[in-house]
Amino acid sequence: MFDELAHRLPNPPHKRDGVPRWTGNNRVKHTAQHLLPGGGDWERGRRTLGGFVLLMAFLTACLLIAVPPAMAQTADLPALVNALGQGGFPEREKAIDALVATSDVHVPAILQALSDGNLYTRKSDALVVLATKAGDAYALKDPVSGSALGTATSDDIEKIKVNNGLRGKIRTEIGEMTLLSTDRATRLSAAQSVLKTADPATLDLLKKALAAETDPQIKNVMELAEAVIILKTNASIDEKRAAIATVISHGDRDAQTVLLAALQTAPDELKPVIEDGLASISRSLQLWDIAQNLIYGTSLASVLLLAAIGLAITFGVMGVINMAHGEMVMLGAYVTFVVQNLIATYVPGLAEYAMAFSIPAAFLFTALVGVCIERGVIRWLYGRPLETLLATWGISLILQQAVRTIFGANNRLVAPPNWMTGAFELGGLTITWNRLWIVVFAVLVFTALQLVLNRTPLGLQMRAVTQNRRMASAMGIRTPFVDAMTFGLGSGVAGLAGVALTQIDNVSPGMGQNYIIDSFMVVVFGGVGNLWGTLIGAVSLGMANKFLEPYAGAVLAKIIILVLIILFIQRRPRGLFALKGRAIEQ
Amino acid sequence: MTRLPRIAAGLALGAAMTMGAFAPVFAADDTIKVGVLHSLSGTMAISETTLKDTMLFLIDEQNKKGGLLGKKLEPVVVDPASDWPLFAEKARELIAVDKVAAVFGCWTSSSRKSVLPVFKELNSILFYPVQYEGEESEKNVIYTGAAPNQQAIPAVDYLMSPEGGSVKRWVLEATDYVYPRTTNKILEQYLKDKGVAPEDIKINYTPFGFSDWQTEVAAIKDFGSAGKKTAVVSTINGDANVPFYKELANQGIKAEDIPVVAFSVGEEELHGMDTTNLVGHLAAWNYFESVDTPQNKAFIDGWHKFIKDDTRTTNDPMEAAYLGFNLWVEAVTKAGTTDTDAVLKAIVGLSYPNLTGGTATVLPNHHLTKPVLIGEVQADGQFDVVWKTPDVVPGQAWSPVLPEDKGIIGDWTDPINGCGHFDTATKTCTTAPSP
Repeated sequence: MFDELAHRLPNPPHKRDGVPRWTGNNRVKHTAQHLLPGGGDWERGRRTLGGFVLLMAFLTACLLIAVPPAMAQTADLPALVNALGQGGFPEREKAIDALVATSDVHVPAILQALSDGNLYTRKSDALVVLATKAGDAYALKDPVSGSALGTATSDDIEKIKVNNGLRGKIRTEIGEMTLLSTDRATRLSAAQSVLKTADPATLDLLKKALAAETDPQIKNVMELAEAVIILKTNASIDEKRAAIATVISHGDRDAQTVLLAALQTAPDELKPVIEDGLASISRSLQLWDIAQNLIYGTSLASVLLLAAIGLAITFGVMGVINMAHGEMVMLGAYVTFVVQNLIATYVPGLAEYAMAFSIPAAFLFTALVGVCIERGVIRWLYGRPLETLLATWGISLILQQAVRTIFGANNRLVAPPNWMTGAFELGGLTITWNRLWIVVFAVLVFTALQLVLNRTPLGLQMRAVTQNRRMASAMGIRTPFVDAMTFGLGSGVAGLAGVALTQIDNVSPGMGQNYIIDSFMVVVFGGVGNLWGTLIGAVSLGMANKFLEPYAGAVLAKIIILVLIILFIQRRPRGLFALKGRAIEQ
Repeated sequence: MTRLPRIAAGLALGAAMTMGAFAPVFAADDTIKVGVLHSLSGTMAISETTLKDTMLFLIDEQNKKGGLLGKKLEPVVVDPASDWPLFAEKARELIAVDKVAAVFGCWTSSSRKSVLPVFKELNSILFYPVQYEGEESEKNVIYTGAAPNQQAIPAVDYLMSPEGGSVKRWVLEATDYVYPRTTNKILEQYLKDKGVAPEDIKINYTPFGFSDWQTEVAAIKDFGSAGKKTAVVSTINGDANVPFYKELANQGIKAEDIPVVAFSVGEEELHGMDTTNLVGHLAAWNYFESVDTPQNKAFIDGWHKFIKDDTRTTNDPMEAAYLGFNLWVEAVTKAGTTDTDAVLKAIVGLSYPNLTGGTATVLPNHHLTKPVLIGEVQADGQFDVVWKTPDVVPGQAWSPVLPEDKGIIGDWTDPINGCGHFDTATKTCTTAPSP
């Protein structure tokens, strides 16, 4: 009897040497035989009806467990993937839920593609495909198997839309599905997204992952996530107390958020513990805030320093008020733009090093422009500060309009190199790479200038002319040459500032106007003739501005700084570090 | 010289002078002049230059169709250089000296407020194509851009809804001038009416062209980590947007965590930026280039052919300029003349199909009916529409959210006896309180 029934099974045993044998799925049923009471080989089971009934029940159970998931992997998955392309956002959310429920290994990659906007529906047959741009057309691939499906134009396919809500949901689901991944980076981002959502349903999965985790950074994130989830559940007081301790030990802004939320739902005996924790975290956050403001102040100071130092040199050596200084900065920025475009067109391989080429190019170009201005205009106006002011103002307008005519009035995009994007965490601080590199650059420029002024013959001559022009001339120094070189050096440094500023400001013909006022403020405040004065001036103004900004707002902070400088100048007209014996009173 | 030659010389001179005086008049009869008043330099050039090009495109298209009233249209372009008082001077020049029939221009509300007295005094028409703060309904202005109830309020509603993230905490990040100040006044009142606590609203102002966003963006991050879903409503204008979005990307603020909805950032402003880190941030407009309708496709194709550059984008103010221009053409055709009062009488009630499949009608308060679309930034600088109103929304000049505007409407059906600030309760024409 069982023989006949066995042959009606999907995979009937095939007889070999008169003995029925099973392979593959059949082996499960065959092995199940041996577990039956009085079991052994199936000829004995055939004899007892009870045994037979038990057998059939067990077989059905095995069928239900072993077969359906295997069938779902091959048959349901493409159908569920195609369901992603139907309907609006609520339907898409249900389709995502269905996909996640299958726990198939392909699902995280498919969901990531959906979130990145790479899944499209082919209009002809409503098939969901992975499309990557290949020239003007799109290369299509099957999202499950990755096999190529030909090409299509943008008219044949329609992008599957996701919104912020779906993207957040996908991130959560991928996080939960990849918590046990073998790839470290995937596990880390999974742990972070589990921490963000802190869904109590993931606690078991998290505990399992934590038991298997060896990487300390990921373990840290997972422990925090576990603590956050425990606080949300009805765990025991002691467990919650331990969880609170874990959260407090993390001590950052996220911990504060968690504790604030936990305070609402915590039992009364834990409330003082949480409040103590919150107080200590907010104290440490305040310290971190001050440190963060110091960082911001330093980066603003570096920008001011770069912009002002060229002015300090020309104003110090020659007593010339150069209103075209901001335009030198602007020219440096445009040189960066041009160099980047030239490299992108002719030598695309060197695109990452475009900044390295822009630095000498900007310096030389703006220095040349500076020398031309000095020789062409300023030379004739020595000893006449008002005329110099007007003449350089006119030059600034000419330069602005020239750039506007050549490049257009719109802003120009200078793409940041990869190593200047993003930020990194240092304790409780977030430091953006572009600003960090600008601080480094400002320090290098300042050091280089100090070396030029103190160690080179030209620098010696510049300092001599600054202290006493007549005497220096009498000693045989060619003052007109020194003047031209000084102006060139000052303008060149302004060009370098322009290179740095392309990373944090818009490149437009009028960008110099934003920096001329600040440069003059720094030079007037710090005193002329001494680079250290400019440095101190830049640092103090930058710090003051950044510490006032959170309280007074950006507009009022600038106004307050200006008023403070005016008051300061009343007491010390020469600035912080005035050079003694300067003949500026001429 | 004897008498006769002197008389002859005098007559010849007189004839020459009269001929000279008449000559420009003859030339003026052949074309209708259209004024284009947009900044081509300065901080607003990033946004306004493309509107100047759009006007040239639309005038060129109209001339190809035979012009207006049998005459060719001639654009007169001036550059007020993002300098608001200069806008007034240039407007006066366009109307009094160049004798334009209508002016298409302005972007910032400061520029519009600056030119209003000129248009009132010289009785010309300004077609204003940009979304703005409302609280205005003038006889001489047709507002083809969105009023707050067609942009700001629906955007806030979307963010409050489950689909938009059920936002509970709000940062209103703004540039310091009249448009953001008034819009924030309306939004703050609206949020409070919806039950948002004052400590859940943070308002911050920065100057035009602001580039050092470190502190502000860190403050947004801080405000957003209090455990409630936070969103930023941005009324930042001009090129300050570029460093703002760059700083958001650098400090790792993702749209899924703290979405930013902007009212003055469109395809044109994103054109010069790397948008891969901005995917998911939002904008609220009445038009997006990505909307797939035959009218939009035809408009984009025509625009690319005219400007000879397939990479140039289209945006909402361009659609508003398109609507304003075509409605003006319809009104002039209906009135049979370019005379201001006749055109203003003809224009109320006129309709023209917009580029997203609906119709724009000119309302008595000189606003249009417009659909509201919320779009998310994509990696290619385009917007994906994630929500839209089922039908067009009529623009309300005086926001009913503000207590002082309850029952106030604008009605210019009769341009001579109309009223911009009509109190329906007392049935009298009152003046708006000064802000």
